[in-house]
Amino acid sequence: MTDIPVITTTGLTKVYRSGDREVTALDGVDLHVREGEVYGVIGQSGAGKSTLIRCVNLLERPTSGTVTVAGQDLTALAGSGQRANPALRAARSHIGMVFQHFNLLSSRTVQDNIEFPLEILKVSRRERRRKALELLDLVGLADKAKAYPAQLSGGQKQRVGIARALAGDPKVLLSDEATSALDPETTRSILQLLRDLNRQLGLTVLLITHEMDVVKSICDSAALMKGGRVVEQGTVSELLATPGSELATELFPVTGDASADDRTVVDVTFHGEAATEPVISTLSRTYNVDVSILGAAMDTVAGKQIGRMRIELPGRFEDNVVPIGFLREQGLQVDVVERGTPNAASAAVLTKEVAK
Amino acid sequence: MSWNAMRDVLSIATLDTLFMVWWSTVWAVIGGLPIGILLVLTGPGRQLQNSPVNKVLGAIVNIGRSIPFLILIIALIPFTRYLIGTASGPSAAVVPLAIGAIPFFARLVETAVREVDGGLVEAAQSMGGGTWTIIFKVLLPQALPSLIAGLVNTIVTLISYSAMAGAVGAGGLGSVAITYGQQRNDMRFVGVTVVLIVIIVTVIQLIGDLVVRRLSARGSRASAPVRLLKSPKSRTAAPDPEPEARADTAKVRETADEAA
Repeated sequence: MTDIPVITTTGLTKVYRSGDREVTALDGVDLHVREGEVYGVIGQSGAGKSTLIRCVNLLERPTSGTVTVAGQDLTALAGSGQRANPALRAARSHIGMVFQHFNLLSSRTVQDNIEFPLEILKVSRRERRRKALELLDLVGLADKAKAYPAQLSGGQKQRVGIARALAGDPKVLLSDEATSALDPETTRSILQLLRDLNRQLGLTVLLITHEMDVVKSICDSAALMKGGRVVEQGTVSELLATPGSELATELFPVTGDASADDRTVVDVTFHGEAATEPVISTLSRTYNVDVSILGAAMDTVAGKQIGRMRIELPGRFEDNVVPIGFLREQGLQVDVVERGTPNAASAAVLTKEVAK
Repeated sequence: MSWNAMRDVLSIATLDTLFMVWWSTVWAVIGGLPIGILLVLTGPGRQLQNSPVNKVLGAIVNIGRSIPFLILIIALIPFTRYLIGTASGPSAAVVPLAIGAIPFFARLVETAVREVDGGLVEAAQSMGGGTWTIIFKVLLPQALPSLIAGLVNTIVTLISYSAMAGAVGAGGLGSVAITYGQQRNDMRFVGVTVVLIVIIVTVIQLIGDLVVRRLSARGSRASAPVRLLKSPKSRTAAPDPEPEARADTAKVRETADEAA
């Protein structure tokens, strides 16, 4: 992952007009997706996610704002006409897109479906065939070249969709709820495939989803959309460092009772920058305190710990100033969970909203 | 009239009917297909969105479809005479038949093309496909089964129109039924022409249905008539490239196992 932005939107706004009514689907969205990362946009239906991803390759023309993909300002390229001009079409052919309902041509075999974007690029028949078979091998469907989409399972169809999206050697893959029509197990395997492609090919993936699990399992960065606006965005560790971040609470949910007279409950947040020493046992041994872990949601990414832990220390806060200071010295974020902290409650609300 | 003489009259009339139907079908496709596609593509929110063109085309098609065919023939006599040099005979009848069938087929094309999933068009656009790509690689191939069904409907309608054209001197089976059946009161002619027309319509419908089933069976479990066409033996023996046949083979084996 590098810091080079590969997808940037600035002030992206989309207003649908029908008669006198105006619906603002996007309201000034600034998105920054860096090269080589998997970026997830999450939100309820109607939050504007679909419009956003369609604006990135200009399937929807934004009312105002700009879209830059791989250094190309697509909004300037497209001009003002409603029809896609050759310059925009050429740019689109290097942005792969996968769809919730796969959108495979039922009249073509799997191989011919993958060759379709190459036909648009006017690639020779032999080269198309070679590329299609190579891509089928990459997505693990080498034996299905001659099958028709109707003969495949949902997961297999989406693999074909992904292979087709990769045919134009894109730098960027847009995924429009690619796993929402799939069962949990298939979802995992498709996400794994996207992750592998991201790592092997250095492919930047921008995905939209309403499932927090998708963000949890493969995203390096995430944005939360509500009512056409991006209300939070950043890398997973940046989000964790943001006090009161809904996404962080949702990604790393911790439970457990709040502090009382005889105990101090604190949330320890690991941003991934802290050394990987066993902090809790060091704390316990050094200060001779009994630490109980009430709840934890942790991930280890590249040897660094990311996540949250809710721990209980005996005695009131005043008795625990020193151990808490030690934790802060280790580069961890420590928040005392007071009685009535709405943390857990708000997390539950968001879960319900997202589930809807 | 002897049966032999009757046979001559009827075979000439049948060929005339087939001639009229064939050429008017060709013109119906040449004219109706682009109009049908344009009707969809100039619609709101589509690639070639153009409200005036859409409305004018729609109006023309509606007018064309609402004129009763008999009146259309009469109204077009001057035009036909200008084009062909005469207003009677099979060649002249092709003109009103084609003009009557173009709006009919155009509406059927419109319906068929409109039913193609918008997601497929979006996918093609996301790959950088332009309008021609969308028409020739997405809309037409995906709508093909419905288009064929529409074509069969058009042909059957043209057969009945051609009989009507026979009433005003176009020749063909319709005029045989009138000149021999009605005017000379030889009811055998009426009976035989009806049978012949029924046979022609049935054959065309059967072929059409087969093609439609064949096309829409791609990938799904093939429907019965397709299976009847191929012997199970050829399916198992020949390296059939079609996957639907492979699926069938598996099925055939299953049934064989059960039987054993």
